[in-house]
Amino acid sequence: MKTAVIVFPGSNCDRDLAVALEQVTGRKPAMVWHRETELPEGIDFIGVPGGFSYGDYLRSGAMAARSPVMGAVRDAAARGVPAIGICNGFQVLTEAGLLPGALMRNAGLRFICRQVPLRVENSQSLFTSQYEAGERVTFPVAHHDGNYQADAGTLERLEGEGRVAFRYLDACNGSSNDIAGILNDAGNVLGLMPHPERVVEPAHGGTDGRRLFEGLLETVGV
Amino acid sequence: MKARIFITLKPGVLDPQGKAIHHALEGLGFGGVNDVRAGKLIELELADGTEDKAIEDMCRKLLANTVIENFRIERLEGAQQ
Repeated sequence: MKTAVIVFPGSNCDRDLAVALEQVTGRKPAMVWHRETELPEGIDFIGVPGGFSYGDYLRSGAMAARSPVMGAVRDAAARGVPAIGICNGFQVLTEAGLLPGALMRNAGLRFICRQVPLRVENSQSLFTSQYEAGERVTFPVAHHDGNYQADAGTLERLEGEGRVAFRYLDACNGSSNDIAGILNDAGNVLGLMPHPERVVEPAHGGTDGRRLFEGLLETVGV
Repeated sequence: MKARIFITLKPGVLDPQGKAIHHALEGLGFGGVNDVRAGKLIELELADGTEDKAIEDMCRKLLANTVIENFRIERLEGAQQ
């Protein structure tokens, strides 16, 4: 599986994501700078990492979503290439219009950095096939703007179409319906605030995130 | 010419920052504040003759996230339709 990790000025989880992808796929991902206008040929998977792209100026993810590389990401996603946006990457994908809704300031106004229990709501997606539906997993979160909001119609559609992939078991940031991660309409784009790439080996204190990448490898293939 | 863009959260969108400001005002002893909503003001220095349509495009494409925000454009000088 050929993977790419997009790197913006201010990304800081790009290396974590690259290490997780390399461990699972056995191949180093291409690190693609935000000014590129094309992705490497034959890419099977795109990761938009966490961090504080452009210093969170204007709105979290707003500037990154309009950077040159996002045109190529948008085209690839439209062709069905799987893409994941983690934390700031989720904010970037919502700002880019690849996922619905918006991520607002945490309801408690504080930056939250801790392990959170999640429920896997959909185990049929490209990303979650190695989990059981309803399974409880623990991923770390580290964000200030993780409060997922969307209008009532969008929430109804997400719930009705099984597009809520992960849900918080403790309401940590005020998200509508405790939504932690969602899928796009076609099911090939996942955005989530918690960090699966930070729990892929025992030294991380947990391995619950590893199966997300293993599942991808299995569904996408080598 | 100058334009000011006022960006506000849509009605009904929760504003935790506004709530915190409200709370702080009450803490300082200011009574009679019923609600607080926080927003942004962006000032643009524009080439003369910039059309309203162009400013609106800027708002829709970048300055405001219309999923959660409304915007209002105020031209300060050199208004042109």
